[in-house]
Amino acid sequence: MKNKFLPFSIIAIFVIIFIILYKGLQETNIYIPESKSNKEVPSLIVKLFDTNQTVNTIEIFKSDKLYLLNIWSSWCVPCREEHPILMELKKNEKLKVVGMNYKDTKKNAKNFLEELGNPYDKIIFDNKGTNAIEWGAYGVPESFLIINNKIIKKYIGPLNKKSFEEIELYTK
Amino acid sequence: MKILKLFLIIFFILPVNNLKADNEALKSKITKNLRCLVCQGQSVYDSDSEFANSLKIVVDNKINEGLSEKQIYSYFQSKYGDWILYDPLFNKNTYFLWLLPLLIFFLGGAIILKNFKKLD
Repeated sequence: MKNKFLPFSIIAIFVIIFIILYKGLQETNIYIPESKSNKEVPSLIVKLFDTNQTVNTIEIFKSDKLYLLNIWSSWCVPCREEHPILMELKKNEKLKVVGMNYKDTKKNAKNFLEELGNPYDKIIFDNKGTNAIEWGAYGVPESFLIINNKIIKKYIGPLNKKSFEEIELYTK
Repeated sequence: MKILKLFLIIFFILPVNNLKADNEALKSKITKNLRCLVCQGQSVYDSDSEFANSLKIVVDNKINEGLSEKQIYSYFQSKYGDWILYDPLFNKNTYFLWLLPLLIFFLGGAIILKNFKKLD
């Protein structure tokens, strides 16, 4: 009885290990951050870009409207790529686009907006990049879809036609 | 009088420096255990990317706010998930990970012990 059980269990262990390793081969080992979330907007005291006024982020996102927080910078090339989409989203009355200027100088940021247009309702000034970390961001560009003080979706990297259509769908 | 002044200066500067040195040591310990999520195979401590540099400032701020090492880890874990920690915390997602080696160790021990008893 015992002699029969031993080879069987050894084979079973090898089969299990083989299956685990084989599955592991097919999985990508590149880290993919989660895009869906249900986190609250972090409560932070931030500086506004135009007025230098300090406000709490919760006050910025307090109404029941849909908000898109977009992290951008004048030195970021993909931000230029996604800018026309943000300008298009600005036209949607049910959505407010809020900007977060990441590790930038005011002069360069102003030039960027003068050249390409300003899609933002408000801009948060984050010259050290610490606010972006509080939001759980990885870099620029990155966008967060917010409703009722909750982050419902993250877009890592530049917005594209597909994400534009998805955001438009949320406003309907 | 001069000696007293010197003594006072040393008395006030020394503890502050010690405190700063402690904070620096804690900061490097924490940043070495945080994975730079936008780099490949580097810790936040080793990396000079924009993401890592901002994270270092946040770690500094959190230490100054008086948060403990564990609190800082759970803070980053809540923002970026378990993946940011090289040394994952003990929670319901990692019970298996932490306890499996122990389980295997005891199981192996039990088998060896049983065989020894048989030999006797």
